[in-house]
Amino acid sequence: MPSVPPARHLVRAKDLVDTRYHDPITVADMAKAAGLSRSHFSQQFHRAFGETPHTYLLTRRLERAAALLRNTDRSVADICLAVGLQSIGSFTTSFTHTYGMPPTTYRAQFPDPAKYALIPACVVRAHSRPQHRTFREDTPEPTPLTSEMSDSPPTGDL
Amino acid sequence: MINIANAQLWVHDQDEALAFYTKKLDMEVRSDVTVPEMGNFRWLTVGPTNQPDFAIVLMAIPGPPLMDDATTAQVHDLMSKGFAGTVFLTTDDCEATYRDLKSRGVEFTETPEQRPYGIDAGFRDPSGNQFRLTQLNVSFGG
Repeated sequence: MPSVPPARHLVRAKDLVDTRYHDPITVADMAKAAGLSRSHFSQQFHRAFGETPHTYLLTRRLERAAALLRNTDRSVADICLAVGLQSIGSFTTSFTHTYGMPPTTYRAQFPDPAKYALIPACVVRAHSRPQHRTFREDTPEPTPLTSEMSDSPPTGDL
Repeated sequence: MINIANAQLWVHDQDEALAFYTKKLDMEVRSDVTVPEMGNFRWLTVGPTNQPDFAIVLMAIPGPPLMDDATTAQVHDLMSKGFAGTVFLTTDDCEATYRDLKSRGVEFTETPEQRPYGIDAGFRDPSGNQFRLTQLNVSFGG
């Protein structure tokens, strides 16, 4: 019998987040679910899934918040607490950063939740989780100004 | 007319999978054939007793020469990460089936919850393949 690949344990940490995102779970809880030490776990999780355990937890919570904004009339503050986030200010900031607009604006864009009601919940959850970006990645790379470029005439599309 | 006969899932270990699908999910073995001249390739299919014309193929990852070492490792890895596929099951009573399977040691990822399309729960097989267990709303008709 082949030995169990390490990722089979790591996926248990993801499953924990998917199931209990609304509880005050920590990376230590995720490490425990995977049966690994705290530092080793974060490294292995990142290697397997391409993002840190903390990022996975945050984006899962934001995805759940977005779903509640689309599908319910609960208040933003209520939704923030319901997905396991503590501070409404930082929730609004990270939501705006991730979805490009504040929660209330986001909500106004989705008038008909019934349209998606037949898609299984696990599929909706998996496919609507947002990509996490740091603020630094948002800033466009400054265009290198070489002497050649600055000498060339303006091209009109600037 | 086209019917679906078999759908294939990768598994890490066929004996382990066979025990899980028959003893825990109560599926029946449809075929279990080992072919020595094909490098002991084992064709193993299971299916629900009340659905005789559909079976899941529990396929061991073949390895070289059919699959090179790097690909073999990738498939093992994908499966372990839960990215190798999902099977959607239906049941008459999600809560009762959940309790039954849970008592048999099935690893549930989600407990039964009410959804617009019915009540469902989620679990994994020993290889990490994801399953949904849904009690469909009659009003939605599946």
